[in-house]
Parts: sequence; structure tokens; C-alpha cells
Amino acid sequence: MYIKKLEIINFKNYSDAEINLSPKINAFVGNNGVGKTNIIDAIYYLSFTKSYFHQTDLLNIKFNTDFFLLKGKYEINNEEIDISCGVKKEKKKIIKKNNKEYKKLSEHIGLIPLVMISPGDYVLITGSGEERRKFVDGVISQYDRSYLDVLLKYNKAVQQRNKLLKQFAEFNNFDKDLLSVYDEQLIENGTTIFEKRKLFIESLTPVFQKYYNHISSGNEIVEIKYKSELLEKNFSDILKSNILKDRTVTYTTSGIHKDDIDFNLGPHSIKKIGSQGQQKTYLIALKLAQFDFIREKSNTKPILLFDDVFDKLDSTRVEQIIKLVIDNNFGQIFMTDANKFRIERILSKISVDFKVFEIKNNEANEI
Amino acid sequence: MNNTEYPSKLLENAVNEFSKLPGIGSKTAMRLVLHLLRQNENEVTNFGESIIKLKKEVTFCEICNNISDNKICNICADNSRTKDIVCVVENLKDVISIENTGQYRGVYHVLGGIISPIDGFGPNDINISSLENRAKQNNINEIIFALPTTMEGDTTNYYIHKKVKKYISSFSVLARGVAIGDKLEYTDEITLGRSILNRTSFL
Repeated sequence: MYIKKLEIINFKNYSDAEINLSPKINAFVGNNGVGKTNIIDAIYYLSFTKSYFHQTDLLNIKFNTDFFLLKGKYEINNEEIDISCGVKKEKKKIIKKNNKEYKKLSEHIGLIPLVMISPGDYVLITGSGEERRKFVDGVISQYDRSYLDVLLKYNKAVQQRNKLLKQFAEFNNFDKDLLSVYDEQLIENGTTIFEKRKLFIESLTPVFQKYYNHISSGNEIVEIKYKSELLEKNFSDILKSNILKDRTVTYTTSGIHKDDIDFNLGPHSIKKIGSQGQQKTYLIALKLAQFDFIREKSNTKPILLFDDVFDKLDSTRVEQIIKLVIDNNFGQIFMTDANKFRIERILSKISVDFKVFEIKNNEANEI
Repeated sequence: MNNTEYPSKLLENAVNEFSKLPGIGSKTAMRLVLHLLRQNENEVTNFGESIIKLKKEVTFCEICNNISDNKICNICADNSRTKDIVCVVENLKDVISIENTGQYRGVYHVLGGIISPIDGFGPNDINISSLENRAKQNNINEIIFALPTTMEGDTTNYYIHKKVKKYISSFSVLARGVAIGDKLEYTDEITLGRSILNRTSFL
């Protein structure tokens, strides 16, 4: 599966750009701020119907215009498929497949699997547990549709239970039966989520280690560890033993919404002891492991986006990454770099098909 | 539109009252008012009086809390209906929907809401205690839950179940699955997944 042609109209800094792409490697080079990442984001949009960067669709419309339109011509299982995504001020977002509009945006997500690796991923290491849970939940729900439904139910039950605890405190009353109804829902949904997260992290770890060792040329020991209260006790006992605490602080203090993941380098946390290059390697290996996972579950090679990934990495690591991804297990790849010569030097050594585009004056020209 | 100047204070009042209704903006309100103005006086009087009478005289059934003209609603008063099966619904609209199917001969219990602390609805804000009394005093064999298929609907089902299970032998919930006439490819995965897990025996 790959994109043959990308058309970008009024999206961020582009008025009207048309790019014919290589089925294997596409590199976008140019100075800071010329719009390399915007092309990557356009491709991301066509897979996930939203920007990787802005929550609000309207913020992606080019200044002084009132709509944007993205069109991608894809080759999926030897069949040509056109996907378009349009956003117009005061209208709803429209996604079309072969000119037919989807009723629900969610029906489109999953058709074009994609993995994005970007400098923004640093929050996975430096941010709070919420960021790491979001990563895990995002990957699992890409292949397990019921997971998201269970997760939403769980989160709703936490919200309702917290509000109930506040009302108990406010009106100085207590309804044991109603609280236990929420507890039962937390236990049922929370235990399912726990088991799926545990299984996912267990199967992700060896793949992650394989990639990390490959890129770092193999003398660092890395480990991903799932942290959850449910690893030691069952959820029902945990809720029972925390009920007085929950009533005092008026929120739910325990459960899978407090889960976290330890990213370790040797015996320590990568956040504390990893250099910037090591942290970057860690993130790339993590995302490549995610790539493997989605490829296996969806039976297609996802599109891989490398946004400004090579900065701060030594040349050995960069070469290792490139060697890795030109392998037959990977499909179409997009990369951006401010350093034109670095990319050209690396790509000149490889034997697969590639195209390099220089971005200048809001246009992308093949060089 | 807020600063529209009306040629008459009476017109303005009427338009303002109509535009308080859900789904009615000031333009639609104006159209309705002008329509009423063109009707003869009798029509308009009937219209106004029916609304005043509705608010003043409407009562709720003492048994099931359905809207009714009498102390006991027509459904609860109907001797041909099975009184030992009670269908629990959120509101009057749900009663009408189920009645329209023509498939149900039991009675109802209208909760008037579902439990959702976030929206300020607790068990005491909806008609659960009256259902408990009903379960205690009458001979109810089965309760059918017909509440929304949301987390709040489920919560309400579980809560009622806890409160009345000692009085009632059988509980059921509306079947959830593929809609009649639907093609499988257009059924969402969650619903289809449930339909497979909760499949019913054939013949």
C-alpha cells in the first residue's frame, strides 16, 4: 500500500501543490519553516482525519482562505483508491473514498494504517503517565475495536463515581448500593483493559528490544515495564481497601487510570540518565515496534513518517535506521530533514527507489 | 435579530414566548405568530386553552408515573394487560414507542430520567422508590429493562436490580444487535460483536 500522488490545496502554507511520490522513500528537504512537516501532516490527515499537531481543523486552513482540501491517490492491494479530506469554515469536515462521502469519520480510520515518528514524541519520555497510557491505548485500539469502547465506558464510570463521591461529601450522605454499581463497572471494564494492556506490553517488549539493539549496535540493555496496581491485587480488593481514602479526597484514587509504563535503560529510567540521542533512539525503536504490531494485525505495511528524526543522532545510528527501514518488511516511507546533504549522502548509498523534494516558496520540487 | 423593532408590544411578547420553545428561533416564532393571527378567534382560543389546561390539569399515573388524565393511566387500568410484567423506561416517549410496536401486553414504570451524578440526577431524583414499593406490594414476576444502551442506562439497570432483586424472580433487558433489514457490512463492529456473542438459537 502506498500513496502515488498527493494534492494539497490551501493547507497551512500551501496554496496548491501536487506531488508525485515514490512507492518507497520520499525525502523532503529545506530550511526551517518552509513547510516540510506540513506535507507530513497532510499525509497524516488522510489516514486519521485530523492533524497530528492542531486539535482544531480550522487552524490548518491557509491564511486568508476559507477551506482546505487534501487529496491522496493510493494503491491498495493493486487497486487505485482516491481519498480526499476537506474542511470549510462553518461546514462539517468531509472525508471521501472514491468520491463517496463517509457517514462517520471513524469508518475511514484503519483503512490506511500509518505510524508517525516526530520530535513531539518526547512527551512519551518526559511527560506524565497520561501520555504513555495514551500511546498504549492508541496502538491497541488500532487493532482491537472493542478496546476503545470499554475504555470510554471505564472513563465515564470514573467521572460519574468521582462526582458521586463529591455529592456524598457535600450532602453528607452515602449510598452504598449506587457506589457499588460504579465499582462493578470499574472492575469489569478496568480488568479487561488491564489484561489487554499487559498482553500488549509483553508482546511489544521483545520487538522493541530488537530494534533498539539494531540501531544502537547492541551494547545497551533496555526494558519496558508495565506498572499497574492490578498486577499485585485484584481490582475489587483495591477499591475496597481505598474506599475511605476515596471518600476523603472525593475522587477515585486507584485503578487502571493510574497505570504507567517504566522506560528503562539499564537499571535506571531513560528520562533521568538517557542522553538526547539515546532518548531519541528509544522513541524510534518504540515506534518501529508499534509499526511491527500494526503490520501484523492489519496485514499491510503501514506508511511510515519520519519527521525531523535524524537530528541529534550520530551518523552510525542514522545509517542503521535507514538500513533497517529499506528492508522488505517496511513499505512507503516519508522523511523530512533540514540538512539536504545528510539525506542525499545517506540515500546515495542505498539501492531502493527514492525521491528527494526540495521545499521552497511553498512548493515541492523533485531534485 | 436581538434588536428587531416590532410595531406592536403584543406581537413582540408573543414572538418572545414562542422563541423560548426548543428548536424555535425568532424567525420561526414570527411565522407561527403571524399564522395564528390569521386564524379565527375560536381556533386561537382553543389553542391557548389547551396548553393552559394541559399544564394545570395533567396528572401522573399513581402506579407507573405515565402522563394521564386520571389517577390511574389507561394502560394500568386496562384489565386485559398482564400486570406481573413491568417494563422500566426512561420517559413517556419510550412508552409511546413500545406501544406502537403492538408487541407488548404488560405494564410500565416511567422513571422520568436515568442516574447520572454528572448531570445532577441521583436515585432520589427519579422514580425508583415508587418502583421499589411496587415490587414489594405487588406480585411482579418479571422486570424488563428498556433504558438507553449507554453507561448511564446500564448503571440505572444495575442499581434497580440491586434494590428490588429480593422481590422479583426474573429480570430481562431488551435485545441488542443487528437491526432488522440491515446489511452486516453496515453494522458497527461493537453491535455486530455483541450480536455474535449474544446470538439467539435458530427455530
